[in-house]
Amino acid sequence: MIYKKGVSEVENEQKLRTLTLSDQLLVFSHSGLEQAAWNYPRLQNLGFCYLMVPAIRRLYPEKEARILATQRHLELFNTMPYMQSLITGVTLSLEEDHANGKGVSDNDIRALKISMMGSLAGVADPVWWGTLRPILSAFAASLALSGFGIVGPLVFFIGWNVARLTFRWATQRWGYLQGLKVVTFLSSGVLQKLTLGASIVGMFVMGAIVPRWTRLKFAPIIASSQHASLSLQSMLDQLLPGLVPLMLTLVCVWLLRHHVKPLWLLLGVFILGLGGYWLGLLR
Amino acid sequence: MSSIWGVLIVAFLAGIEGVVDEWEFHQPIVACTLVGLATGNLVSGIALGAALQLVTLGWMNIGTAVAPDPALAAVVAAWWVSGPAHLPAAAGVILAIPLALIGQGLTRGLRQLIIPLVAQADTAAAQGNLRRITWLHWSSVALQGLRVMIPTALLMLLPAAWIQQGYYAIPEVLRGGLRVSAGLLVVVSFAIVINMMATRRLWPFFFIGFALATDGHLSLVALGMIGVGLAILYIKLQSKDTPHNNGTGPSQDDEDELDRELDDL
Repeated sequence: MIYKKGVSEVENEQKLRTLTLSDQLLVFSHSGLEQAAWNYPRLQNLGFCYLMVPAIRRLYPEKEARILATQRHLELFNTMPYMQSLITGVTLSLEEDHANGKGVSDNDIRALKISMMGSLAGVADPVWWGTLRPILSAFAASLALSGFGIVGPLVFFIGWNVARLTFRWATQRWGYLQGLKVVTFLSSGVLQKLTLGASIVGMFVMGAIVPRWTRLKFAPIIASSQHASLSLQSMLDQLLPGLVPLMLTLVCVWLLRHHVKPLWLLLGVFILGLGGYWLGLLR
Repeated sequence: MSSIWGVLIVAFLAGIEGVVDEWEFHQPIVACTLVGLATGNLVSGIALGAALQLVTLGWMNIGTAVAPDPALAAVVAAWWVSGPAHLPAAAGVILAIPLALIGQGLTRGLRQLIIPLVAQADTAAAQGNLRRITWLHWSSVALQGLRVMIPTALLMLLPAAWIQQGYYAIPEVLRGGLRVSAGLLVVVSFAIVINMMATRRLWPFFFIGFALATDGHLSLVALGMIGVGLAILYIKLQSKDTPHNNGTGPSQDDEDELDRELDDL
Protein backbone atom coordinates (compact mmCIF):
# COMPACT_ATOMS: atom_id res chain seq x y z
CA MET A 1 0.00 0.00 0.00
CA ILE A 2 2.61 2.45 1.15
CA TYR A 3 4.88 1.50 -1.70
CA LYS A 4 2.11 2.09 -4.24
CA LYS A 5 1.33 5.52 -2.86
CA GLY A 6 4.96 6.45 -3.26
CA VAL A 7 4.91 5.53 -6.91
CA SER A 8 1.82 7.59 -7.64
CA GLU A 9 3.44 10.57 -5.94
CA VAL A 10 6.47 10.25 -8.16
CA GLU A 11 4.19 10.08 -11.18
CA ASN A 12 2.41 13.19 -10.02
CA GLU A 13 5.63 15.03 -9.70
CA GLN A 14 6.71 14.00 -13.13
CA LYS A 15 3.48 15.40 -14.49
CA LEU A 16 4.17 18.81 -12.92
CA ARG A 17 4.96 21.28 -15.65
CA THR A 18 7.95 23.45 -14.90
CA LEU A 19 9.72 26.10 -16.91
CA THR A 20 13.31 25.07 -17.50
CA LEU A 21 16.15 27.52 -17.23
CA SER A 22 16.43 27.60 -21.01
CA ASP A 23 12.73 28.51 -21.27
CA GLN A 24 13.38 31.39 -18.92
CA LEU A 25 16.41 32.47 -20.91
CA LEU A 26 14.34 32.38 -24.10
CA VAL A 27 11.71 34.60 -22.48
CA PHE A 28 14.52 36.89 -21.33
CA SER A 29 15.92 37.12 -24.86
CA HIS A 30 12.45 37.93 -26.21
CA SER A 31 11.74 40.52 -23.53
CA GLY A 32 13.99 43.15 -25.12
CA LEU A 33 11.75 43.44 -28.19
CA GLU A 34 8.57 43.99 -26.23
CA GLN A 35 7.78 47.45 -27.54
CA ALA A 36 8.30 46.81 -31.27
CA ALA A 37 4.58 46.28 -31.96
CA TRP A 38 3.52 49.26 -29.84
CA ASN A 39 0.03 50.15 -31.03
CA TYR A 40 -3.11 52.03 -30.12
CA PRO A 41 -5.20 51.11 -28.22
CA ARG A 42 -3.69 47.93 -26.74
CA LEU A 43 -0.14 49.29 -26.48
CA GLN A 44 2.43 46.57 -25.73
CA ASN A 45 -0.02 43.65 -25.99
CA LEU A 46 1.57 41.77 -28.90
CA GLY A 47 5.02 42.36 -27.42
CA PHE A 48 4.08 40.76 -24.12
CA CYS A 49 2.39 37.84 -25.83
CA TYR A 50 5.49 37.37 -27.99
CA LEU A 51 7.81 37.18 -25.01
CA MET A 52 5.50 34.64 -23.30
CA VAL A 53 5.59 32.32 -26.33
CA PRO A 54 8.34 29.99 -25.04
CA ALA A 55 6.54 29.66 -21.70
CA ILE A 56 3.13 29.04 -23.30
CA ARG A 57 4.67 26.38 -25.51
CA ARG A 58 6.10 24.56 -22.49
CA LEU A 59 3.16 24.91 -20.11
CA TYR A 60 0.19 24.31 -22.42
CA PRO A 61 0.66 21.41 -24.81
CA GLU A 62 -3.13 21.07 -25.17
CA LYS A 63 -4.56 23.27 -27.88
CA GLU A 64 -7.51 24.57 -25.85
CA ALA A 65 -5.38 25.85 -22.96
CA ARG A 66 -2.78 27.19 -25.34
CA ILE A 67 -5.35 29.32 -27.15
CA LEU A 68 -6.66 30.70 -23.85
CA ALA A 69 -3.16 31.57 -22.62
CA THR A 70 -2.24 33.28 -25.88
CA GLN A 71 -5.41 35.35 -25.83
CA ARG A 72 -4.88 36.21 -22.18
CA HIS A 73 -1.53 37.81 -22.96
CA LEU A 74 -2.78 39.66 -26.03
CA GLU A 75 -4.81 41.94 -23.80
CA LEU A 76 -3.82 45.55 -23.16
CA PHE A 77 -0.46 45.94 -21.48
CA ASN A 78 1.91 48.85 -21.01
CA THR A 79 4.72 49.46 -18.57
CA MET A 80 8.25 50.75 -18.45
CA PRO A 81 10.05 48.14 -20.59
CA TYR A 82 12.77 47.24 -18.06
CA MET A 83 10.30 46.83 -15.20
CA GLN A 84 8.37 44.45 -17.42
CA SER A 85 11.01 41.83 -16.55
CA LEU A 86 9.83 41.76 -12.95
CA ILE A 87 6.20 41.48 -14.04
CA THR A 88 7.24 38.78 -16.50
CA GLY A 89 8.95 36.82 -13.74
CA VAL A 90 5.91 36.89 -11.46
CA THR A 91 3.62 36.10 -14.41
CA LEU A 92 5.77 33.07 -15.30
CA SER A 93 5.46 31.78 -11.76
CA LEU A 94 1.67 32.27 -11.79
CA GLU A 95 1.30 30.67 -15.21
CA GLU A 96 3.20 27.66 -13.96
CA ASP A 97 0.85 27.33 -10.98
CA HIS A 98 -2.12 27.84 -13.27
CA ALA A 99 -0.94 25.10 -15.63
CA ASN A 100 -0.47 22.74 -12.66
CA GLY A 101 -3.93 23.53 -11.29
CA LYS A 102 -2.61 25.08 -8.08
CA GLY A 103 -5.51 27.45 -7.54
CA VAL A 104 -4.41 30.37 -9.69
CA SER A 105 -7.17 31.45 -12.06
CA ASP A 106 -6.65 33.24 -15.34
CA ASN A 107 -8.27 36.31 -13.81
CA ASP A 108 -5.64 36.31 -11.06
CA ILE A 109 -2.95 36.54 -13.72
CA ARG A 110 -4.79 39.38 -15.50
CA ALA A 111 -5.26 41.30 -12.27
CA LEU A 112 -1.62 40.90 -11.30
CA LYS A 113 -0.34 42.26 -14.62
CA ILE A 114 -2.69 45.24 -14.51
CA SER A 115 -1.92 46.10 -10.89
CA MET A 116 1.86 45.90 -11.34
CA MET A 117 2.24 47.66 -14.66
CA GLY A 118 1.13 51.14 -13.66
CA SER A 119 2.79 51.42 -10.28
CA LEU A 120 6.12 50.01 -11.46
CA ALA A 121 6.28 52.27 -14.50
CA GLY A 122 5.75 55.33 -12.31
CA VAL A 123 8.65 54.27 -10.10
CA ALA A 124 11.03 53.23 -12.87
CA ASP A 125 10.62 56.08 -15.38
CA PRO A 126 12.38 58.68 -13.21
CA VAL A 127 15.20 56.24 -12.40
CA TRP A 128 16.05 55.00 -15.90
CA TRP A 129 14.96 57.79 -18.23
CA GLY A 130 15.14 60.70 -15.76
CA THR A 131 18.38 59.93 -13.96
CA LEU A 132 20.54 57.12 -15.33
CA ARG A 133 20.33 57.85 -19.03
CA PRO A 134 20.79 61.64 -18.85
CA ILE A 135 23.69 61.30 -16.41
CA LEU A 136 25.47 58.45 -18.17
CA SER A 137 25.02 60.00 -21.61
CA ALA A 138 26.08 63.47 -20.44
CA PHE A 139 29.15 61.93 -18.81
CA ALA A 140 29.93 60.04 -22.03
CA ALA A 141 29.41 63.17 -24.11
CA SER A 142 31.72 65.12 -21.83
CA LEU A 143 34.40 62.44 -22.20
CA ALA A 144 34.04 62.54 -25.98
CA LEU A 145 34.18 66.34 -26.11
CA SER A 146 37.21 66.60 -23.86
CA GLY A 147 39.48 64.56 -26.07
CA PHE A 148 38.78 60.96 -25.10
CA GLY A 149 37.06 60.32 -28.42
CA ILE A 150 35.64 56.83 -28.82
CA VAL A 151 35.87 56.14 -25.08
CA GLY A 152 32.79 58.32 -24.54
CA PRO A 153 30.39 56.34 -26.77
CA LEU A 154 31.84 53.05 -25.48
CA VAL A 155 31.32 54.04 -21.85
CA PHE A 156 27.69 54.85 -22.57
CA PHE A 157 26.96 51.77 -24.68
CA ILE A 158 28.67 49.24 -22.43
CA GLY A 159 27.64 50.87 -19.16
CA TRP A 160 23.99 51.14 -20.13
CA ASN A 161 23.64 47.65 -21.52
CA VAL A 162 25.45 45.90 -18.71
CA ALA A 163 23.18 47.65 -16.21
CA ARG A 164 20.06 46.95 -18.25
CA LEU A 165 20.71 43.27 -18.97
CA THR A 166 21.76 42.57 -15.38
CA PHE A 167 18.66 44.31 -14.06
CA ARG A 168 16.36 42.53 -16.51
CA TRP A 169 17.65 39.03 -15.81
CA ALA A 170 17.91 39.53 -12.06
CA THR A 171 14.37 40.87 -11.71
CA GLN A 172 12.84 38.27 -14.01
CA ARG A 173 14.55 35.45 -12.12
CA TRP A 174 13.66 36.96 -8.75
CA GLY A 175 10.04 37.46 -9.79
CA TYR A 176 9.81 33.86 -10.98
CA LEU A 177 11.32 32.43 -7.80
CA GLN A 178 9.36 34.62 -5.37
CA GLY A 179 6.05 34.75 -7.20
CA LEU A 180 3.39 36.71 -5.36
CA LYS A 181 5.76 37.55 -2.47
CA VAL A 182 7.14 40.24 -4.76
CA VAL A 183 3.87 42.16 -4.46
CA THR A 184 4.16 42.24 -0.66
CA PHE A 185 7.74 43.40 -0.93
CA LEU A 186 6.82 46.19 -3.35
CA SER A 187 4.13 47.52 -1.02
CA SER A 188 6.75 48.05 1.71
CA GLY A 189 7.87 51.31 0.09
CA VAL A 190 11.44 50.28 -0.72
CA LEU A 191 11.03 51.23 -4.36
CA GLN A 192 9.73 54.68 -3.47
CA LYS A 193 12.89 55.26 -1.45
CA LEU A 194 15.01 54.12 -4.36
CA THR A 195 13.17 56.49 -6.68
CA LEU A 196 13.59 59.34 -4.23
CA GLY A 197 17.31 58.63 -4.00
CA ALA A 198 17.65 58.50 -7.78
CA SER A 199 15.73 61.75 -8.12
CA ILE A 200 18.05 63.45 -5.61
CA VAL A 201 21.13 62.32 -7.54
CA GLY A 202 19.42 63.31 -10.77
CA MET A 203 18.56 66.81 -9.58
CA PHE A 204 22.05 67.26 -8.13
CA VAL A 205 23.80 66.19 -11.31
CA MET A 206 21.47 68.21 -13.53
CA GLY A 207 22.42 71.21 -11.44
CA ALA A 208 26.05 70.38 -12.11
CA ILE A 209 25.54 69.83 -15.82
CA VAL A 210 23.80 73.15 -16.47
CA PRO A 211 26.85 75.43 -16.02
CA ARG A 212 29.31 72.91 -17.45
CA TRP A 213 27.60 71.97 -20.67
CA THR A 214 25.70 75.01 -21.84
CA ARG A 215 27.87 76.79 -24.33
CA LEU A 216 27.12 80.46 -23.96
CA LYS A 217 29.70 83.17 -24.45
CA PHE A 218 29.10 86.86 -24.36
CA ALA A 219 30.88 89.12 -26.79
CA PRO A 220 34.21 90.08 -25.19
CA ILE A 221 33.75 93.80 -24.84
CA ILE A 222 30.67 95.84 -24.17
CA ALA A 223 32.31 99.17 -23.46
CA SER A 224 35.85 100.42 -23.79
CA SER A 225 37.79 103.61 -23.28
CA GLN A 226 41.48 104.39 -23.67
CA HIS A 227 42.22 103.12 -20.18
CA ALA A 228 40.06 100.08 -19.69
CA SER A 229 37.61 97.80 -21.33
CA LEU A 230 34.62 96.25 -19.70
CA SER A 231 33.80 92.65 -20.48
CA LEU A 232 30.34 91.38 -19.67
CA GLN A 233 31.53 87.78 -19.60
CA SER A 234 34.27 88.41 -17.05
CA MET A 235 31.88 90.48 -14.95
CA LEU A 236 29.36 87.65 -14.92
CA ASP A 237 32.10 85.12 -14.19
CA GLN A 238 33.10 87.22 -11.19
CA LEU A 239 29.55 87.15 -9.91
CA LEU A 240 28.79 83.49 -10.63
CA PRO A 241 29.90 81.43 -13.61
CA GLY A 242 26.99 79.83 -15.39
CA LEU A 243 24.46 82.27 -13.98
CA VAL A 244 22.86 83.00 -17.34
CA PRO A 245 22.48 79.31 -18.34
CA LEU A 246 20.93 78.76 -14.91
CA MET A 247 18.37 81.52 -15.41
CA LEU A 248 17.62 80.25 -18.89
CA THR A 249 17.08 76.70 -17.61
CA LEU A 250 14.83 77.88 -14.78
CA VAL A 251 12.73 79.93 -17.20
CA CYS A 252 12.35 76.81 -19.37
CA VAL A 253 11.27 74.72 -16.35
CA TRP A 254 8.78 77.39 -15.39
CA LEU A 255 7.35 77.48 -18.91
CA LEU A 256 7.12 73.67 -19.00
CA ARG A 257 5.18 73.79 -15.73
CA HIS A 258 2.78 76.13 -17.44
CA HIS A 259 2.24 73.63 -20.21
CA VAL A 260 4.31 75.28 -22.88
CA LYS A 261 5.31 72.60 -25.39
CA PRO A 262 9.06 71.74 -25.54
CA LEU A 263 8.95 72.41 -29.27
CA TRP A 264 8.13 76.06 -28.61
CA LEU A 265 10.98 76.25 -26.11
CA LEU A 266 13.39 74.86 -28.70
CA LEU A 267 12.14 77.45 -31.17
CA GLY A 268 12.41 80.23 -28.61
CA VAL A 269 15.96 79.32 -27.62
CA PHE A 270 16.87 79.04 -31.29
CA ILE A 271 15.62 82.55 -31.97
CA LEU A 272 17.35 83.81 -28.82
CA GLY A 273 20.66 82.45 -30.11
CA LEU A 274 20.19 83.96 -33.56
CA GLY A 275 19.11 87.31 -32.14
CA GLY A 276 21.89 87.41 -29.58
CA TYR A 277 24.49 86.84 -32.25
CA TRP A 278 22.89 89.32 -34.64
CA LEU A 279 22.94 92.00 -31.94
CA GLY A 280 26.58 91.22 -31.27
CA LEU A 281 25.83 90.25 -27.69
CA LEU A 282 26.64 86.54 -27.96
CA ARG A 283 29.36 84.84 -29.87
CA MET B 1 29.23 52.31 -51.64
CA SER B 2 29.96 50.21 -48.58
CA SER B 3 29.64 53.34 -46.46
CA ILE B 4 26.10 53.88 -47.75
CA TRP B 5 25.10 50.36 -46.75
CA GLY B 6 26.77 50.88 -43.40
CA VAL B 7 24.73 54.03 -42.77
CA LEU B 8 21.52 52.26 -43.83
CA ILE B 9 22.20 49.40 -41.42
CA VAL B 10 22.77 51.90 -38.62
CA ALA B 11 19.49 53.58 -39.64
CA PHE B 12 17.68 50.23 -39.44
CA LEU B 13 19.04 49.46 -35.98
CA ALA B 14 18.34 52.99 -34.76
CA GLY B 15 14.78 52.70 -36.03
CA ILE B 16 14.17 49.54 -34.01
CA GLU B 17 15.79 51.03 -30.93
CA GLY B 18 13.88 54.30 -31.21
CA VAL B 19 10.83 52.32 -30.19
CA VAL B 20 12.06 49.35 -28.16
CA ASP B 21 14.58 51.47 -26.21
CA GLU B 22 16.93 48.64 -25.25
CA TRP B 23 20.45 48.75 -26.74
CA GLU B 24 20.16 52.51 -27.31
CA PHE B 25 21.46 52.51 -30.88
CA HIS B 26 19.19 55.49 -31.47
CA GLN B 27 20.91 57.75 -28.95
CA PRO B 28 23.05 60.25 -30.89
CA ILE B 29 26.22 59.39 -29.01
CA VAL B 30 25.94 55.83 -30.36
CA ALA B 31 24.20 56.41 -33.72
CA CYS B 32 26.40 59.31 -34.88
CA THR B 33 29.54 57.43 -33.83
CA LEU B 34 28.48 54.42 -35.88
CA VAL B 35 27.66 56.60 -38.90
CA GLY B 36 31.08 58.24 -38.48
CA LEU B 37 32.61 54.76 -38.45
CA ALA B 38 30.73 53.76 -41.61
CA THR B 39 31.74 56.89 -43.50
CA GLY B 40 35.34 56.81 -42.31
CA ASN B 41 35.03 60.11 -40.40
CA LEU B 42 34.88 58.79 -36.89
CA VAL B 43 36.10 62.01 -35.27
CA SER B 44 33.37 64.23 -36.70
CA GLY B 45 30.77 61.54 -35.99
CA ILE B 46 31.72 61.45 -32.31
CA ALA B 47 31.84 65.24 -32.09
CA LEU B 48 28.31 65.56 -33.50
CA GLY B 49 27.08 62.64 -31.41
CA ALA B 50 28.30 64.20 -28.18
CA ALA B 51 26.90 67.65 -28.99
CA LEU B 52 23.56 66.25 -30.12
CA GLN B 53 23.35 63.90 -27.15
CA LEU B 54 23.24 66.88 -24.80
CA VAL B 55 20.33 68.30 -26.80
CA THR B 56 18.33 65.06 -26.87
CA LEU B 57 18.97 63.65 -23.39
CA GLY B 58 15.62 64.88 -22.13
CA TRP B 59 13.60 63.23 -24.88
CA MET B 60 11.93 60.16 -23.43
CA ASN B 61 8.90 58.05 -24.23
CA ILE B 62 6.90 57.85 -21.02
CA GLY B 63 3.56 56.10 -20.74
CA THR B 64 1.77 56.51 -24.04
CA ALA B 65 3.48 59.79 -25.03
CA VAL B 66 5.81 59.95 -28.03
CA ALA B 67 8.85 62.24 -27.74
CA PRO B 68 10.72 63.68 -30.75
CA ASP B 69 12.67 60.83 -32.34
CA PRO B 70 16.45 61.00 -31.97
CA ALA B 71 16.94 58.03 -34.34
CA LEU B 72 16.20 59.69 -37.69
CA ALA B 73 17.74 62.94 -36.45
CA ALA B 74 21.03 61.39 -35.39
CA VAL B 75 21.55 59.19 -38.45
CA VAL B 76 20.71 61.77 -41.12
CA ALA B 77 22.48 64.65 -39.37
CA ALA B 78 25.56 62.45 -38.97
CA TRP B 79 25.44 61.58 -42.67
CA TRP B 80 25.46 65.27 -43.52
CA VAL B 81 28.29 66.01 -41.09
CA SER B 82 30.51 62.93 -41.53
CA GLY B 83 29.48 62.10 -45.09
CA PRO B 84 30.47 63.85 -48.31
CA ALA B 85 28.60 67.09 -47.43
CA HIS B 86 30.94 67.77 -44.45
CA LEU B 87 28.68 70.26 -42.69
CA PRO B 88 29.95 71.63 -39.36
CA ALA B 89 28.67 69.86 -36.25
CA ALA B 90 26.64 72.91 -35.15
CA ALA B 91 24.69 72.79 -38.42
CA GLY B 92 24.05 69.10 -37.79
CA VAL B 93 22.63 69.87 -34.33
CA ILE B 94 20.22 72.46 -35.76
CA LEU B 95 19.15 70.26 -38.69
CA ALA B 96 18.53 67.40 -36.27
CA ILE B 97 15.56 69.22 -34.69
CA PRO B 98 13.22 69.21 -37.72
CA LEU B 99 14.37 65.67 -38.51
CA ALA B 100 13.42 64.60 -34.97
CA LEU B 101 9.95 66.03 -35.46
CA ILE B 102 9.53 64.12 -38.73
CA GLY B 103 10.67 60.98 -36.91
CA GLN B 104 8.14 61.65 -34.15
CA GLY B 105 5.36 61.90 -36.75
CA LEU B 106 6.48 58.63 -38.34
CA THR B 107 6.51 56.89 -34.94
CA ARG B 108 2.96 58.04 -34.22
CA GLY B 109 1.86 57.02 -37.70
CA LEU B 110 3.32 53.54 -37.42
CA ARG B 111 1.59 53.01 -34.08
CA GLN B 112 -1.68 53.41 -35.99
CA LEU B 113 -0.62 51.55 -39.13
CA ILE B 114 0.42 48.52 -37.14
CA ILE B 115 -3.12 47.93 -35.83
CA PRO B 116 -4.14 45.53 -38.68
CA LEU B 117 -1.00 43.50 -37.98
CA VAL B 118 -1.97 43.21 -34.32
CA ALA B 119 -5.48 42.21 -35.37
CA GLN B 120 -3.91 39.31 -37.27
CA ALA B 121 -2.28 38.24 -34.04
CA ASP B 122 -5.78 37.83 -32.58
CA THR B 123 -6.64 35.45 -35.40
CA ALA B 124 -3.42 33.54 -34.84
CA ALA B 125 -4.17 33.33 -31.12
CA ALA B 126 -7.63 31.89 -31.79
CA GLN B 127 -5.92 29.09 -33.71
CA GLY B 128 -3.25 28.63 -31.07
CA ASN B 129 -0.63 29.37 -33.71
CA LEU B 130 2.36 30.52 -31.68
CA ARG B 131 4.72 30.47 -34.63
CA ARG B 132 2.56 33.05 -36.38
CA ILE B 133 2.56 35.29 -33.27
CA THR B 134 6.35 35.20 -33.27
CA TRP B 135 6.48 35.90 -36.98
CA LEU B 136 4.06 38.83 -36.71
CA HIS B 137 6.12 40.34 -33.95
CA TRP B 138 9.30 40.03 -35.97
CA SER B 139 7.54 41.80 -38.86
CA SER B 140 6.75 44.69 -36.59
CA VAL B 141 10.41 44.84 -35.53
CA ALA B 142 11.36 45.07 -39.22
CA LEU B 143 8.74 47.78 -39.81
CA GLN B 144 10.25 49.85 -37.00
CA GLY B 145 13.66 49.54 -38.64
CA LEU B 146 12.28 50.56 -42.03
CA ARG B 147 10.53 53.51 -40.39
CA VAL B 148 13.94 55.19 -40.13
CA MET B 149 15.84 53.39 -42.89
CA ILE B 150 13.53 54.44 -45.75
CA PRO B 151 13.48 58.20 -44.95
CA THR B 152 17.25 58.04 -44.41
CA ALA B 153 17.73 56.45 -47.83
CA LEU B 154 15.53 59.10 -49.45
CA LEU B 155 17.42 61.95 -47.77
CA MET B 156 20.74 60.37 -48.75
CA LEU B 157 19.67 60.73 -52.37
CA LEU B 158 20.08 64.51 -52.02
CA PRO B 159 23.43 65.38 -53.63
CA ALA B 160 26.07 66.50 -51.12
CA ALA B 161 26.76 69.57 -53.27
CA TRP B 162 23.18 70.80 -52.75
CA ILE B 163 23.44 70.46 -49.00
CA GLN B 164 26.75 72.34 -49.00
CA GLN B 165 25.55 75.08 -51.32
CA GLY B 166 22.38 75.40 -49.29
CA TYR B 167 24.36 75.81 -46.10
CA TYR B 168 26.85 78.31 -47.50
CA ALA B 169 24.06 80.29 -49.18
CA ILE B 170 22.95 81.25 -45.65
CA PRO B 171 24.35 84.70 -44.75
CA GLU B 172 27.30 84.71 -42.36
CA VAL B 173 25.27 86.43 -39.63
CA LEU B 174 22.78 83.57 -39.59
CA ARG B 175 25.48 80.90 -39.67
CA GLY B 176 27.14 82.41 -36.62
CA GLY B 177 23.73 82.59 -34.97
CA LEU B 178 23.14 78.91 -35.72
CA ARG B 179 26.40 78.09 -33.95
CA VAL B 180 25.32 80.05 -30.88
CA SER B 181 21.85 78.46 -30.93
CA ALA B 182 23.29 74.95 -31.19
CA GLY B 183 25.17 75.58 -27.95
CA LEU B 184 22.09 76.91 -26.21
CA LEU B 185 19.51 74.28 -27.20
CA VAL B 186 20.74 71.95 -24.43
CA VAL B 187 18.94 73.99 -21.77
CA VAL B 188 15.57 72.79 -23.06
CA SER B 189 16.58 69.16 -22.51
CA PHE B 190 17.96 69.98 -19.06
CA ALA B 191 14.66 71.69 -18.24
CA ILE B 192 12.64 68.66 -19.37
CA VAL B 193 14.61 66.30 -17.13
CA ILE B 194 14.46 68.72 -14.19
CA ASN B 195 10.74 69.28 -14.68
CA MET B 196 10.16 65.54 -14.56
CA MET B 197 11.85 65.08 -11.19
CA ALA B 198 11.57 68.38 -9.41
CA THR B 199 9.54 68.71 -6.25
CA ARG B 200 9.91 71.40 -3.64
CA ARG B 201 12.15 69.32 -1.41
CA LEU B 202 14.47 68.33 -4.27
CA TRP B 203 15.32 71.84 -5.47
CA PRO B 204 18.08 72.40 -2.87
CA PHE B 205 20.01 69.48 -4.38
CA PHE B 206 19.83 71.14 -7.77
CA PHE B 207 21.36 74.34 -6.45
CA ILE B 208 24.04 72.55 -4.44
CA GLY B 209 25.02 70.68 -7.59
CA PHE B 210 25.09 73.91 -9.55
CA ALA B 211 27.24 75.74 -7.03
CA LEU B 212 29.76 72.91 -6.74
CA ALA B 213 30.04 72.51 -10.50
CA THR B 214 31.08 76.11 -11.01
CA ASP B 215 34.34 75.12 -9.31
CA GLY B 216 36.24 73.68 -12.25
CA HIS B 217 38.41 71.38 -10.13
CA LEU B 218 35.65 68.90 -9.41
CA SER B 219 35.23 66.25 -12.10
CA LEU B 220 31.83 64.91 -13.06
CA VAL B 221 32.66 61.63 -11.30
CA ALA B 222 33.50 63.47 -8.08
CA LEU B 223 30.24 65.40 -8.37
CA GLY B 224 28.38 62.15 -8.90
CA MET B 225 29.89 60.75 -5.70
CA ILE B 226 28.82 63.81 -3.74
CA GLY B 227 25.33 63.46 -5.18
CA VAL B 228 25.02 59.81 -4.20
CA GLY B 229 26.36 60.60 -0.74
CA LEU B 230 23.79 63.35 -0.24
CA ALA B 231 20.98 61.08 -1.40
CA ILE B 232 21.93 58.34 1.05
CA LEU B 233 22.23 60.84 3.90
CA TYR B 234 18.87 62.38 3.10
CA ILE B 235 17.02 59.07 2.98
CA LYS B 236 18.69 57.77 6.16
CA LEU B 237 17.92 60.92 8.11
CA GLN B 238 14.41 61.11 6.76
CA SER B 239 13.50 57.56 7.78
CA LYS B 240 14.96 58.27 11.23
CA ASP B 241 12.85 61.40 11.63
CA THR B 242 9.58 59.89 10.54
CA PRO B 243 9.49 56.21 11.38
CA HIS B 244 5.77 55.88 10.63
CA ASN B 245 5.81 57.73 7.40
CA ASN B 246 7.78 55.88 4.80
CA GLY B 247 7.67 56.46 1.10
CA THR B 248 5.14 59.19 0.72
CA GLY B 249 5.41 60.72 -2.70
CA PRO B 250 5.42 64.41 -3.49
CA SER B 251 2.03 65.88 -2.72
CA GLN B 252 0.02 68.31 -4.74
CA ASP B 253 0.96 71.02 -2.25
CA ASP B 254 4.60 70.68 -3.22
CA GLU B 255 3.81 71.42 -6.82
CA ASP B 256 1.63 74.39 -6.04
CA GLU B 257 4.21 75.83 -3.74
CA LEU B 258 6.87 75.40 -6.37
CA ASP B 259 4.74 77.19 -8.90
CA ARG B 260 4.36 80.10 -6.50
CA GLU B 261 8.07 80.17 -5.83
CA LEU B 262 8.86 80.21 -9.50
CA ASP B 263 6.25 82.87 -10.11
CA ASP B 264 8.24 85.10 -7.82
CA LEU B 265 11.36 84.74 -9.91
